Amino acid sequence: MLEQTVQIVSHERDAESYFRLVLRAPGIAPLIQPGQFAHVRILPLKDALLRRPFSIFQVEGDTFSILYKNVGKGTDALSRMRAGEELNVIAPLGHGFTMPPAGGETPLLIAGGYGMAAMFLLAQRSPQKGIVFVGGRRRVDILCEKDFAAIDWEVRVATEDGSHGEKGFVTVPLLAEIKNSKLKTQNFKLFACGPTPMLKAVGKIAADFNLPAELSMDEHMCCGIGTCLACVIKVKSGESWEYQRTCTEGPVYDSREIFWEEAK
Amino acid sequence: MNLSVQIGKLRMQNPVTVASGTFGYGAEYARLIDVNQLGAVTVKGIRLNPVPGNPTPRTAEVTSGMLNAIGLQGPGVDGFIKKYWPFLRELKVPTIINIWGTTVEEYAEVARRFDALGGVGALELNVSCPNIKEGGAQFGTDAKLLSQVVTACRQATTLTLITKMSPNVPNIGQLAKAAEEAGSDALAVTNSFPAMAIDIHTRKPKLANITGGLTGPAIKPIAIKLVWEASKAVKIPIIGMGGIQNSDDAIEFLMAGATAVAVGTANFYEPQTSLQVIAGIRDFMERKNIADVREITGSFQPGK
Repeated sequence: MLEQTVQIVSHERDAESYFRLVLRAPGIAPLIQPGQFAHVRILPLKDALLRRPFSIFQVEGDTFSILYKNVGKGTDALSRMRAGEELNVIAPLGHGFTMPPAGGETPLLIAGGYGMAAMFLLAQRSPQKGIVFVGGRRRVDILCEKDFAAIDWEVRVATEDGSHGEKGFVTVPLLAEIKNSKLKTQNFKLFACGPTPMLKAVGKIAADFNLPAELSMDEHMCCGIGTCLACVIKVKSGESWEYQRTCTEGPVYDSREIFWEEAK
Repeated sequence: MNLSVQIGKLRMQNPVTVASGTFGYGAEYARLIDVNQLGAVTVKGIRLNPVPGNPTPRTAEVTSGMLNAIGLQGPGVDGFIKKYWPFLRELKVPTIINIWGTTVEEYAEVARRFDALGGVGALELNVSCPNIKEGGAQFGTDAKLLSQVVTACRQATTLTLITKMSPNVPNIGQLAKAAEEAGSDALAVTNSFPAMAIDIHTRKPKLANITGGLTGPAIKPIAIKLVWEASKAVKIPIIGMGGIQNSDDAIEFLMAGATAVAVGTANFYEPQTSLQVIAGIRDFMERKNIADVREITGSFQPGK
């Protein structure tokens, strides 16, 4: 983990309110593991002080990129920044996904919206190819299909309005694959990043079919490095639960560890 | 040039520490900054037993600041000693341990435990956390209760006691005086300000706890005034804090009457802040030809 002031190499609109931002970060890029995040200080934000956490999308040479949606004050200011301008980042942070071993279970990646960004590096570096399931509200919310196709991963799409792929939640094609596959279900491992209700649904499917699953959990974050205790979630501990920091012990957890009963 | 200051029996190599709750237990930020450059490390509040803390969301960003209602999540005295003390004990700089309880007896017991531990730099009595139902601020807003807590801790330990004052009082001078008379060696001024924020789209509070404590640059001018008022009421040194982002802010606190300062919320967004503040104070002293940082304390001139 390093703190560095880094330069924007390129910054392009991906679709509608989605953007791809490439940063030159020579010290950081080689350290990045799939599922980790960068905590970004958007310097032009004057009266909004806190850093914004982003999943790391791609790593190339001494650069890494993020794929984000303009959802508020921070990402709006970020979306106006141009190549050549600087950001301050602390990265890579958090515990990411476990790399699927060669010859092991077939990885099934499940993403909701810009959760797709967190899955790319895992797919790219996994010695075992699998399928990525992506869901969103509309066609425009389905990101980086081409990037996954370029690394020869099969992409299955579901949209809530039916404008692209199957109509419904991403769990529809996921369940179909698990139920109908010629593979024995024990030969799958699930990896997911997306909205909490989606993660909860994936966790339930994993439990129902007795599949291992790793979920990238999302909680409101502040310091990003484990001091402020803002981003905690409930994790099973003995008969009860304890709070753990998604920035440090997470964001990726074995789904069996999550204490769901009161999770949002 | 002298940058060192004395807070009770605690000697700090420079007047800059960090605010409790914004620096974890030291080890987290040691990966990003050299914590041995600080005047002291101040750790998150500890009570006797482990504390789970509040539901989430626990923080919310607001204009020029943030709200928090963490609820003093912590490992308890034994957990702290086992998990965090081995790192802190080895530092070259002293550790200030922030302690709290729900009863006067618990404050004293925690003080006794850390007195027995050996090697602790000082104890900061948290009588001002706005985010817990019992303990915390109830002791910091009533002169009689405050006096009882400080007296009990004074009897429990010979360690330097720093009373962390609540901002939420009509007359901080009166409370400051009560802490001093009960045997506090120093004051920390101030804690976060009770506050809240609403998401107008969902009509829900931005914090699960509904209310929280406001910190960051938004509170600095209010904290400066509280330091000034407290400093007029007591002779004991004050550690000033509230929204410090740079050395200019820190020097302002010193001029208002603080002997030392603590960097708080800024640690969350710029971990280098505390070290930049130390460098900036040194630069200021060079430029203004000030030989001793203690000359800055209380040096502002309200009459001119």
